[in-house]
Amino acid sequence: MVELKAKTPCEGLLPIEVGDLRLSEVEAGFVTSVAAFKDKDAALSKALQAAHGLEMPAPNRVSEAGDARAIWFGPRMALLMGVSADPSLAAHGALTDQSDAWAVVRLEGARAADVLARLTPIDLRPGAFGPGSTARTELQHMQASITHLSDGTYQIMVFRAFAETLVHDLKTAMQGVAARQG
Amino acid sequence: MRLAGKGQIDRSRPVKFRFDGVEYEGLKGDTLASALLANDIRMVARSFKYHRPRGIMTAGSEEPNALVTLGLGPAQDPNVRATTVELFEGMMARPQNCWPSLGLDLLSVNDLAAPFLGAGFYYKTFMWPKAAWEKVYEPFIRRAAGLGALSMEANTDRYEKAFAHCDLLVIGAGPAGLMAALAAGRAGADVILCDEDMRTGGRLNAERLEVGGQSGAAWAEAMTAELQAMPNVRVMTRTTVTGAYDQGTYGALERVASDVAMRPGAPRECFWRIVAKRAVLAAGALERPVAFANNDRPGVMMAGAVRAYVNRWRVSPGRSVAVFGNNDSAHRTAADLIAGGVHVSALIDSRAEARCDLDVPFYAGREVSAVHGGRSVEAISISSISGVEKIQADTLAVSGGWNPSVHLTCHMNGRPEWNERIAAFVPQEGAVPGMLTAGACRGDFSTRACLEGGLAAAREAMQDIGRAVPDIDLPRAEDSAYDIAPLWVVPGKGRAWLDFQNDVTVKDVKQAATENFQSVEHMKRYTTQGMAPDQGKNSNIGALAVLADATGRGIPETGTTTYRPPFVPVPIAAMGAGAQGKGFAPERFTTSHKASVARGAPMIEAGLWFRPSYFPQRGETHWRQSCDREVRMVREAVGVADVSTLGKIDIQGPDAGAFLDFVYTNMFSTLKVGRVRYGLMLREDGHVMDDGTTARLGENHYLMTTTTAAAGQVMRHLEFVHQALRPDLDVRFTSVTEQWAQFAVAGPKARDVLNGLLDTPLSDEAWPFMSCGAVSLAGVEGRLFRISFSGEHGYEIAVPSRYGDALFRALVSRAEGVGGGPYGMEALNVLRLEKGFITHAEIHGRVTAFDIGMERMVSAKKDCIGKTAAAREGLNGSEREQLVGLRPAGEVKMLVAGAHLFNAEAEAVRVNDQGYVTSVGYSPMLEANIGLGFLRNGRVRHGEVVRMVDHLNGVETLCEVCDPVQFDPEGGRMRG
Repeated sequence: MVELKAKTPCEGLLPIEVGDLRLSEVEAGFVTSVAAFKDKDAALSKALQAAHGLEMPAPNRVSEAGDARAIWFGPRMALLMGVSADPSLAAHGALTDQSDAWAVVRLEGARAADVLARLTPIDLRPGAFGPGSTARTELQHMQASITHLSDGTYQIMVFRAFAETLVHDLKTAMQGVAARQG
Repeated sequence: MRLAGKGQIDRSRPVKFRFDGVEYEGLKGDTLASALLANDIRMVARSFKYHRPRGIMTAGSEEPNALVTLGLGPAQDPNVRATTVELFEGMMARPQNCWPSLGLDLLSVNDLAAPFLGAGFYYKTFMWPKAAWEKVYEPFIRRAAGLGALSMEANTDRYEKAFAHCDLLVIGAGPAGLMAALAAGRAGADVILCDEDMRTGGRLNAERLEVGGQSGAAWAEAMTAELQAMPNVRVMTRTTVTGAYDQGTYGALERVASDVAMRPGAPRECFWRIVAKRAVLAAGALERPVAFANNDRPGVMMAGAVRAYVNRWRVSPGRSVAVFGNNDSAHRTAADLIAGGVHVSALIDSRAEARCDLDVPFYAGREVSAVHGGRSVEAISISSISGVEKIQADTLAVSGGWNPSVHLTCHMNGRPEWNERIAAFVPQEGAVPGMLTAGACRGDFSTRACLEGGLAAAREAMQDIGRAVPDIDLPRAEDSAYDIAPLWVVPGKGRAWLDFQNDVTVKDVKQAATENFQSVEHMKRYTTQGMAPDQGKNSNIGALAVLADATGRGIPETGTTTYRPPFVPVPIAAMGAGAQGKGFAPERFTTSHKASVARGAPMIEAGLWFRPSYFPQRGETHWRQSCDREVRMVREAVGVADVSTLGKIDIQGPDAGAFLDFVYTNMFSTLKVGRVRYGLMLREDGHVMDDGTTARLGENHYLMTTTTAAAGQVMRHLEFVHQALRPDLDVRFTSVTEQWAQFAVAGPKARDVLNGLLDTPLSDEAWPFMSCGAVSLAGVEGRLFRISFSGEHGYEIAVPSRYGDALFRALVSRAEGVGGGPYGMEALNVLRLEKGFITHAEIHGRVTAFDIGMERMVSAKKDCIGKTAAAREGLNGSEREQLVGLRPAGEVKMLVAGAHLFNAEAEAVRVNDQGYVTSVGYSPMLEANIGLGFLRNGRVRHGEVVRMVDHLNGVETLCEVCDPVQFDPEGGRMRG
């Protein structure tokens, strides 16, 4: 009988530090796409509240409760992270396991937003993208999910298979920003 | 010559640099131009066409002459303007456009041939013989003319791009820009203030004017310090806003300071895309020359530039300077030179009524008609009605007036308007939505007017976005009137230059008009005036004034040429920053990538994915050997292939079946749970979009697979259909391509391989062909599909991607134990070719279900996307080219994909075309090359011999038309 050894998407690539910027892999645990069925948005949000203590997030927002976090991921769709989706949710929406689908990294540092500004066109100013904000956008040439977790800390997700390019692009941008800092 | 006095240079920090192979010393704060002038270097370049000696003319980005090449080898950077590049220790600058050297330029014989090289010379001369153009004339002209050259090596410098967002973008940090930024900053708006100079202040750095009781430069420094202390203001020096684009987007090129750019990982330049709610253009104005004989000699400079060199860098461009102008700029220059202790040999003012209280020889109502001297100014001629007077001078400072920098206001099709009072074009109001203008760029030339204009523009912009500007007291500042008498050309013998960068003279423009190139756009293209790096910043207005005169029209009727982005040259490296090397495209790796590479598999790119081509074994020297072995291995034992790249879409909801019925031609709502069905998808126009299998995992749960190539397209299509066409259906879908690592295990021993890994062994009864379900491997929950793209008894097994690497290694290892192993894309292709299975080589976008023999898959019981359009006349008959199999039937045993098919006796010309070959490969099972193709009415022509001709490679053969399925046509191996 074989044993199947698990590998994380960024294995061997992270963490890295450039100046006071740090990039590390997030072991996201359970990741489930939660998409409301027709006319079930309110019921789904209620079920999420009951099961995990958080609501379906509004567009471009994150809702959190303890270890659980729901990131807006598209129209009437959220990514539930950190907890195993409760089966009761399935009555109101489509649940799809995405625990292995994404490379999830965390970028930290006072100038983390400057790093992202080299890769994504979205407005990252605090008024537009403060903590609790999230966006499906592009990161260099890749489609990404970018979430502002807390001041100076961002979570970035791309398809798992792009992990090497994600690290390459972020590292290049981090070097450019750190070099200006001196 | 360096003068005494403070200036904006650091005398305690000498900087060594090389120009034209000679070492010199400048000071921190110098530009290359000011350092060259400080070292008395007059001639810095040879001109574009005639190789005439040229010197520094301006002190800004409009410089037409002093273009140099910086650096060596891969980092070589051509056409850098010496007037904008900051001096740094160890700088290596080379002059351009001279051979063998700046002093002795052999191509300067062009200057002697000048009577023959005027406007239109090339068009008229190099006409015949026609063939000589490409082989002789063009290469010669390209070598003789032209500016700096690229190294032709891959650039080793790093470039960057970045995005920024703000409420107000202020373009230019002179008095108007600083005041606008200050007002908006104090109003609490997010402000970005850009200036192309290394420091803020604009003309204040170049003048001796006072603002608020202190020097203008000191005032600018204090303002800048206040702005930099505001968290909502970003001051970006060395940053040129290069273009205005739709919806408040601006391009800007930042030249990173040289000491920063030298650090590891630092970019040399950064191209910014700035999105601003409002913008204030405060770009200032550019001084324009006057055309007279030999006005291009080194030592002829713009009067305002001379002030900049004297006041800012404490450099005098000469020891005896004559000043000539048609406005007060000339007087100001003379005064500043005198204050700097430089001898002024004459002040010539073309305005008859002009007065002067400076202690200099003053000539009112007179004009400079010629410059004397070869490599440098030696004397000038002053003309008047009574005759010509010659005056000794080594430098001539010239002012023909000021042209507002209207460029950015024209980037969205705005046309500037002629203002008679200042004899210049000014911006059209509202030419760029959201952009206001302030200061000299709108024709307000006094310092006071600039300050007022900056404040007013900021107030208006803040009001637009709902912010209030607190009261601001404007500082005291110079507020003199601008008095100008237009002067474009001084008549006289000898060539009078308009465009220094392109060697265009007054005579050339007149010649263009004579030859009926009377539109300003035609004149530009005929004479090349206004082209190349400076884009005519110095010469455009003068040239069109000459054209207006020559055509008997006024200047406003003549109009300007079109101003287009970029305002200054932007290296392609900066625009495409991040796209070099690995940044060119993302790399998409399967979980088995490392294991495949470790086995020596060459990778090929399929979209962004990397997939193994084949897995070479010891002794195999040619890919065909590996491919043939892998095909036999699958047919005789078992093979393992990573098929994770195929698109996988998870589809759920009460209406999932109905939705699939609508997007697929065939029925899926009737598919039993635990079963898989092949599906065909059409575009709206009735042609085939994609194919693949879809499994029913649960009552309301399907899993669709797409081809690798069309995964994104199909996902987008489903989104469109659901959101735009069938929002009534209760269904959701999401991509799970990356969630699952999926491997094909195919061959007679496939089940043996899997049974060693699965927690519950497989049986034929439980797992018939086209079944699917959940399985468990070493405690990991996976999915198994009994499907086959090889025509063998086969499965695809999927596990969460984290286990992909481990499962691939385990499968390969077990397969090798029973005479199998991994197989790559080459073998996969041959296996499907033998079976006549299609890929996007066949469903290439122009074929219908009928063409590929699948018209019966378009269900009659329901509607689907593309069904109606597919029934159109001309898409379903004997006139169609239909999918057929092909095998060589003549002497030549080769088939070529892309070759065309003709009737055996027909001539191989277009009108006789009968079809084409889409896929070919060598089948080790059939021991022959086989192919798929499309042949007119091909399904009834099986057995016929046709002619295959590859016109490109000169390959021709006869081949027999056959059924697309050439191996195991009954499919017993797959189902059994």
